[in-house]
Amino acid sequence: MSAIIKVDDLSKQYRIGAQGGSYETLRDTLAGAMRAPFRRGRNAKAAGGNNGDDGTFWALKGVNFEVMPGEVLGIVGRNGAGKSTLLKVLSRITEPTTGRVALYGRVASLLEVGTGFHPELSGRENIFLNGAILGMRKAEIERKFDEIVAFAEIEKFIDTPVKRYSSGMYVRLAFAVAAHLEPEILIIDEVLAVGDTAFQKKCLGKISSVAQQGRTVLFVSHNMVAVKSMCSRAILMDGGTLKEDGHPVQVVNSYLGAGRISRAEILWADPSRAPGNATFRLRGARVRNAAGAVTSVLDTQDSFTVEMDYVNLSPGSALGATILLFNSDGLHVFSSLSNREPNWHGRAFPAGVFRSTCHVPGNLLPEGRFDVSVLIWANNYTISHREDCVVEFEVHESKETRADYFGEWPGIVRPLLDWDTERLEDPEVAMPSTPAHG
Amino acid sequence: MNLTPAEKANALQSAAQIASTTETAPHNQGSLPSSDRPLVVIEPRASWLGTTLRDLWTYHELLYFLTWRDVKVRYKQTLLGVLWAILQPLCMMLIFSLFFGRLVGVPSDGIPYPLFAFAGLLPWTFFATAASTSGNSVVNSANLITKVYFPRLIVPMAAVGAALVDFAITFAVLGALMIYYRVGLTWGLLMLPVLSVLLVTLALGFGVLMSALNVRYRDVRFALPFIIQLWFFASPIIYPTSLVPERWRWLLALNPMTGIIEGFRAALFGRTSFDWRAIMIAAVITLVLLVYAAVTFKRMEKTFADIV
Repeated sequence: MSAIIKVDDLSKQYRIGAQGGSYETLRDTLAGAMRAPFRRGRNAKAAGGNNGDDGTFWALKGVNFEVMPGEVLGIVGRNGAGKSTLLKVLSRITEPTTGRVALYGRVASLLEVGTGFHPELSGRENIFLNGAILGMRKAEIERKFDEIVAFAEIEKFIDTPVKRYSSGMYVRLAFAVAAHLEPEILIIDEVLAVGDTAFQKKCLGKISSVAQQGRTVLFVSHNMVAVKSMCSRAILMDGGTLKEDGHPVQVVNSYLGAGRISRAEILWADPSRAPGNATFRLRGARVRNAAGAVTSVLDTQDSFTVEMDYVNLSPGSALGATILLFNSDGLHVFSSLSNREPNWHGRAFPAGVFRSTCHVPGNLLPEGRFDVSVLIWANNYTISHREDCVVEFEVHESKETRADYFGEWPGIVRPLLDWDTERLEDPEVAMPSTPAHG
Repeated sequence: MNLTPAEKANALQSAAQIASTTETAPHNQGSLPSSDRPLVVIEPRASWLGTTLRDLWTYHELLYFLTWRDVKVRYKQTLLGVLWAILQPLCMMLIFSLFFGRLVGVPSDGIPYPLFAFAGLLPWTFFATAASTSGNSVVNSANLITKVYFPRLIVPMAAVGAALVDFAITFAVLGALMIYYRVGLTWGLLMLPVLSVLLVTLALGFGVLMSALNVRYRDVRFALPFIIQLWFFASPIIYPTSLVPERWRWLLALNPMTGIIEGFRAALFGRTSFDWRAIMIAAVITLVLLVYAAVTFKRMEKTFADIV
């Protein structure tokens, strides 16, 4: 079987800065033409570098890959890694600067659901309009019309202008049209971020069934669970280049781990510059996972430890430590101090290096990035030093804790709690309005 | 939102199945393309003429739907609805008849002035509407252009198409006026379709060019109404070409609208003979403009999604 998508040394350059950042006016162009000779001279000098020097940057650089029919390819990477540019080139929205893409099938892209919806038109009219914009034929839309309406669950409002729809209805209708496209290649960017959870699940199911019909799906998402569970293969983009290509679990893990190791541990090698005071100085801090390895990538369900090493400079002081944990919104999630530590708390510390370790249980933090500030204190909290953001780590979820749920999981903590459901009453008792027999 | 148990089971099942495809890529279904030739090749500076025409044909239904949307939406939530299409040229005609016909006494080649003015306003109103809506169409469709692929040319084409609907409606009014003034039909009417095609082509060429320039130079948005206003006075709408001294007529004929408007009058009323020279000039200029506009558009469209 030969590839359905062949991407060959694909590069895309964007101009940034004054030249066409957004748009120019004629006056700018005229003024630009006057300055052009000088500019050319300057550019010739700066021609060495390929990034930034001449007000351009490469959103994609030398990307190569092939996709086989029926594959569901996840594309992961940080913001600005080139994922969206890649999809835009593949869906022919923008042209590459160099390189070549060959597509052996009809492509439909879903870079945003509801593209081309007109608020004044009714649901019915928008189905036809949106379908045509996404590349469906009129006959095809007519054939699938009832199915689309049923999928969107908007039967009653089909002739109401969509501007009167609730946002949920709007999104459902938009996705319903898109979900009934039948291209050989479907390109999806983050559509799962919309709608309520039941509908999200329906969408996931739909995408899965699209893939089962042998269609090829390219899927960009920041939802790593979706990528891991839906894709048969994943590629990792970084800085416009393709960093990794392989099994989604492996690619997602290396994406999540990429470039973060250094933040898991901090060491102050030079004691004279280390944070602290005349009584004590910090020496280092680190995060260890349940297995004891220093890492900045943790799993929601696993416990971990935060360690602090510090030097006591004045023998006889009673030292202790505190950690303060913040999430990526800067919200203070919790603090914990070592005043219930059984061995050393309240005792006079001799001179030397000490290590305090805070044990954090699993199933406490939700997915996300966290940073830890530490505080060392002495002599009944009369002397202290706080050092902000010493270590940083990311928590990722494991599939197991989610059971059958794939949607958003809000909340600043994510404990795994026990549940019971029991039946309290019989139907006859529960519904007194039911007429009695006889 | 209620999912039936069956639906839930289905969704779960498909989720489970997709998880299992992780190990073995599914190679089922016969719907896959078997051809060795790529359907689409994306390359910088791909050859464009054949591709463009084929693309336009593939998407001809979208052209229809976008036109239909523009028509449908234009008079939504208005009291008078499609009457506006008639009212505008009709009011203009009344005003011009009053000021230029009555007060100033502009000659009108022996045609009743209201009819004379309306026959000029008919193609002009179409041209002005088509040029300004299509000139702004690409910029106004930024949300589409940055999200979905389709031949970008369809956008200004649909704007012209929507104006065409108003044009047809206005024609009905002209018919009524001609009956009112008891104007007899002549063989000249056969030229009307030809002149209309010329008019539409001119509007398309101008609109396509403006729409492409507008993406890069937003000056177009401000210049366009002004250009159209000037163009109005440079065209024989409220005055006949015969009012212009003979030695300056060639200058007037360089405006393709001159040949078209005078052609319309000759075809409709048969009082004046066709100025073939002016019509030929109009045809040549229109064709050159269309080709130039299409080439410019295709050249600039590569960056539309990046700069719009």
